Amino acid sequence: MASSFDSSLYAKRRRGNGISMVLSFAATAFGLGWLVLILGVLVWNGVGGLSLSVFTEMTPPPGSDGGLLNPIMGSLVITMLAVAIGTPVGILAGTYLAEYGRHEKISSVIRFINDILLSAPSIVIGLFIYEVMVAPMGHFSGYAGAVALAVIVIPVVVRTTEDMLTLLPNTLREAAASIGLPRAHMVWFIAYRAARAGILTGILLAVARISGETAPLLFTALNNQFWSLNMNAPVSSLPVVIFQFALSPYAEWQKLAWTGALIITITVLALSITARALASSGKQS
Amino acid sequence: MSAAENPSRAKVLGKLRVSDNAFRIITRSAALLVLALLGGVIVSLIIGSMPALHALGLEFFTTQSWNPVTEKFGALAPVYGTIVTSLIAMLIAVPVGLMIAFFLTELCPMWLRRPIGIAIELLAGIPSIIYGIWGLFVFAPFLQQHVQPFLISAFGNIPILSSVFEGPPYGIGMLTAGLILAIMVLPFITSISRDVFDAVPPMLKESAYGLGCTTWEVFRNVVLPYTRVGVIGGIMLGLGRALGETMAVTFVIGNAHKIATSILAPGTTISATIANEFTEAVGDIYTSSLILLGLILFVITLIVLTIARLMLARIEKRIG
Repeated sequence: MASSFDSSLYAKRRRGNGISMVLSFAATAFGLGWLVLILGVLVWNGVGGLSLSVFTEMTPPPGSDGGLLNPIMGSLVITMLAVAIGTPVGILAGTYLAEYGRHEKISSVIRFINDILLSAPSIVIGLFIYEVMVAPMGHFSGYAGAVALAVIVIPVVVRTTEDMLTLLPNTLREAAASIGLPRAHMVWFIAYRAARAGILTGILLAVARISGETAPLLFTALNNQFWSLNMNAPVSSLPVVIFQFALSPYAEWQKLAWTGALIITITVLALSITARALASSGKQS
Repeated sequence: MSAAENPSRAKVLGKLRVSDNAFRIITRSAALLVLALLGGVIVSLIIGSMPALHALGLEFFTTQSWNPVTEKFGALAPVYGTIVTSLIAMLIAVPVGLMIAFFLTELCPMWLRRPIGIAIELLAGIPSIIYGIWGLFVFAPFLQQHVQPFLISAFGNIPILSSVFEGPPYGIGMLTAGLILAIMVLPFITSISRDVFDAVPPMLKESAYGLGCTTWEVFRNVVLPYTRVGVIGGIMLGLGRALGETMAVTFVIGNAHKIATSILAPGTTISATIANEFTEAVGDIYTSSLILLGLILFVITLIVLTIARLMLARIEKRIG
């Protein structure tokens, strides 16, 4: 029995297993390493410029100090407007897919298209909004930027809303139907309440997604050196200012770009961690 | 008594019916709007690219000249750059992503799985402009000083590889863009492969272990074949990201409209060309050429993403 045991083959298999384990450790360390490296560099370069004046002063002309007040405000307003446009559409569409047309043919088509929109290149969305809004209006505007971001918000919210509503137990719907509640009331007063945490998670994820988006704003909202919240005119936004300042030859601008990058990253990571916490707390309760 | 009540009851019920129908119609039109969005993107891009198609014709797809002065534009250089950078990204991100997913599903202790999984997913949450600024100021100088000179001297005497790694170490260029793209698509490949690996029925794996297979053999011969469709779907999804990624690439690609055999040379991609030049484009033909580039990018990603979704739908059906 012992003689038929091929110990060299066994050693070879063990070696292969060992190598694969080492490689998978290395791969994981590689992946985590980038996260540490990028965040580390970001904090290292950005935290020095982080002061009150960043939030109270305008973007400076080349060669002098200043802050990021106008791009921060611009980003806030554009983002809020985008969420205000995109969220209702997304929730309603998700509702249709989950509550009304769950098994319809058209729903599976919409689901498929929505998944594709979810990962469509954002710069193409910018071109689309340029064609349908900026070109006909004849000028760049904050509205165009907000609509471009709304187009990115919609698929995220559709997807999470549908998923969350689908997870609800059908007994809830049957109980509502049994006491004669019309479907709209059931959705409005029961399904939405039960799925509230999940839907909110989707909105937060959408906000996280768009707060760093640059490409769709480049030729919709454009940029503005001055204080302007006139949404019918070019509006400054944090990502676009970072893009412009980072590629400039001025040290002050580059420093502000790093600070802006740090602010955006902290915001986005905080949003996505909150969304995650919300999602897991919703699951437990 | 009932005679007095019935009319108001009918009225209330009628109202409810109206509001019920209204809500249904509103949700349905919102859902149809999603379809309209995709249609709108395609139609508007086609209309926008008409002037360039009329002026340049099919030459647009076969030349690499990019001259705003003579208004001669060709898509070859950006298309080439897009494909090369995405290929570099996938060459690195696919094996690394699969190995991380292997680690997370088969080797990692339970209590560490969630934290590591979340950390990898946070990589996907970092906005692309952050990758761009980091790539330009930190990663590109590092590659220029430490990695690229080594690559040039190491492969300088090997016939084919020498032309792939030739020229001065600029720091910025297609290799740098590809590497940054690799980091960016890594989390997508990892999280989808982890999800499909997790869904393999334990019975299958346990039978293989029972036969005496090692962890790696179980992964290689049971898990991977069972989840192949899903893994390919995840890879295609990552590829879709890499093809369309804009800001990170724009920072480090160098924006040079020429096809170089060396991956160390500056180049351009479709998205970087649009991001760099669109607001400065003067004249209908120039603007329209950039929109036509956008259309090409959209069609390519549409095909890739459709394949990805079809494959993921297939694995979902199997796993249930």
